Amino acid sequence: MANPITDADVRHVAQLSRLKLSDEQIAEYTQQLGRVLGYIDKLSELDVDGVEPMAHALDMSNVLREDVPVEGMPVDKALATAPASDPPFFKVPKVLGEGSGA
Amino acid sequence: MQPEFESLVTLKKAIAEKKVSAVDAVTAYLERIGQHDESIHAFNELYGDYAMQRAAQVDAGQITGKLAGVPIAIKDNLCTPYGHTTCSSKMLANFKAPYMATAVGKLEAEGAIIIGKTNLDEFAMGSSTENSAFGMTKNPWDTTRVPGGSSGGSAAAMAADFAAATLGSDTGGSIRQPAALCGVCGLKPTYGKVSRFGLVAFASSLDQIGPFTRSVEDAALLMDVICGHDPKDSTSANLPASDHTLELHKPIENLRIGIAKQYMAEGNDPAVTKAVEDAIEVYKSLGATIVEVDLPHTEYGIPVYYIVATAEASSNLARYDGVHYGHRTEKPEDLYDLYAASRAEGFGDEVKRRIMLGTYALCSGYYDAYYNRALKVRRLIKQDFDKAYEQCDAILCPTTTGVAFKAGDKTDDPLAMYLNDVYTVNANLAGIPGITIPAGLSDDGLPVSIQLYGNAYEDAKLLRIAQMFQTATSHHTLRPKLG
Repeated sequence: MANPITDADVRHVAQLSRLKLSDEQIAEYTQQLGRVLGYIDKLSELDVDGVEPMAHALDMSNVLREDVPVEGMPVDKALATAPASDPPFFKVPKVLGEGSGA
Repeated sequence: MQPEFESLVTLKKAIAEKKVSAVDAVTAYLERIGQHDESIHAFNELYGDYAMQRAAQVDAGQITGKLAGVPIAIKDNLCTPYGHTTCSSKMLANFKAPYMATAVGKLEAEGAIIIGKTNLDEFAMGSSTENSAFGMTKNPWDTTRVPGGSSGGSAAAMAADFAAATLGSDTGGSIRQPAALCGVCGLKPTYGKVSRFGLVAFASSLDQIGPFTRSVEDAALLMDVICGHDPKDSTSANLPASDHTLELHKPIENLRIGIAKQYMAEGNDPAVTKAVEDAIEVYKSLGATIVEVDLPHTEYGIPVYYIVATAEASSNLARYDGVHYGHRTEKPEDLYDLYAASRAEGFGDEVKRRIMLGTYALCSGYYDAYYNRALKVRRLIKQDFDKAYEQCDAILCPTTTGVAFKAGDKTDDPLAMYLNDVYTVNANLAGIPGITIPAGLSDDGLPVSIQLYGNAYEDAKLLRIAQMFQTATSHHTLRPKLG
């Protein structure tokens, strides 16, 4: 069976997923994901016309609460988990380098 | 260990009656961990000082509750405001959570003592705990074998008597499969029974926290403590907290046990088949009627699961951006590189594989063929169970096709690893509860188990049915000999 996914597909998906992969990894993932997708193709055996998609395990609808203000997480606590911060801001490296197109 | 340590219930009683002090209980487990965890690697982190401090407070009468002084270990994807919460990922190796997971907070509110966090497959993605960034956990029954996963650390810690009970999380079998391979009880509650607040999200429509214990009675007691509605988790069921212990020892009258041929495949290990057949005889001897039920969409569970779970994961794990928390790459070239390099360095292979599979399934052009189709088949799977429960109270089946496999056996073949979950994923897709209980040993001396599925929100009834088996058998008292 032809591989349902190509190198180019995996490259595209890696880009959408924000994962920087080597050519070697792309090749490996193409082969592995191809096998998994081949197995998943089993789903096409079934006639699902008219079946309502089920996104959630049990019937639930939107949960609302009274519009009462509650204490949020203090800024210092939230910033404490960051790789770098300059309170009250998250600190990021200079990201607009030369040739930046992303 | 002393007889008081036989189960959570016996230890809790001994502490309450001051036959064992909480300090002694914590000391006993920490010593045992110190002696044996080097060869098992169940723990990522221990909270010795914190645990001893709380134990002293229990002994002084300053901390009380249903679980006063009982040492419990939790999976390292449950947030606590002390220590690290790493998900066994390089991404979160230094992450300190700013809040407490509701389920863990409820344990502490009843006086339990959290002694440490246990190893897992990175972000709970795996079936062997070999995907941990900090090294695999080994099966206490045979250290050349895997403990199962993803909650392998919690299962191994339970099997090795490193705590009176442990918590895990189950997205596609991550409590029940390692419980089966390690010979302990593992319960995945009905979706929504236990708040997911503070459980690091993998697949939000499937994830559920549950206990590993020595006995069904212990699991029922823990469920009483951790279940209930939580305003911080909008998917937690808004029902009164149910009592799982009140009628636990009262057998179900006119019990009907369902058997589905789809779970009794010829490829099952003979030891697994025999365990289920023996259990059928046990239930018959207790007066149960055995009913044949049909779950025709069972075989589609794995493909549905690996679309739904990875699609949700690809979205949930988008938050690891190298900015707000987690690993950040050293010298990013630009904004894209900040994200892509941080994520490539922080995530392991399996996590990357699943993020990409999920992203692919959600891509425009493939959405209908994969994700939407999977959601439709998910409904067919749920409808199978709805019909089955018109005929029976619980479904008896294997948890796994075989016993614990050798470390390294399936690491090169993701699909083979995914097929481990064939008998567990459907409970998550349908939202129903499932419990794994020990059912003896194979000829090689490895644990085999049985699994019971219940209907949604009938966790208390499921536990009663499981208790009937344990009252009639003694498999759950078997323990591995540690080297």
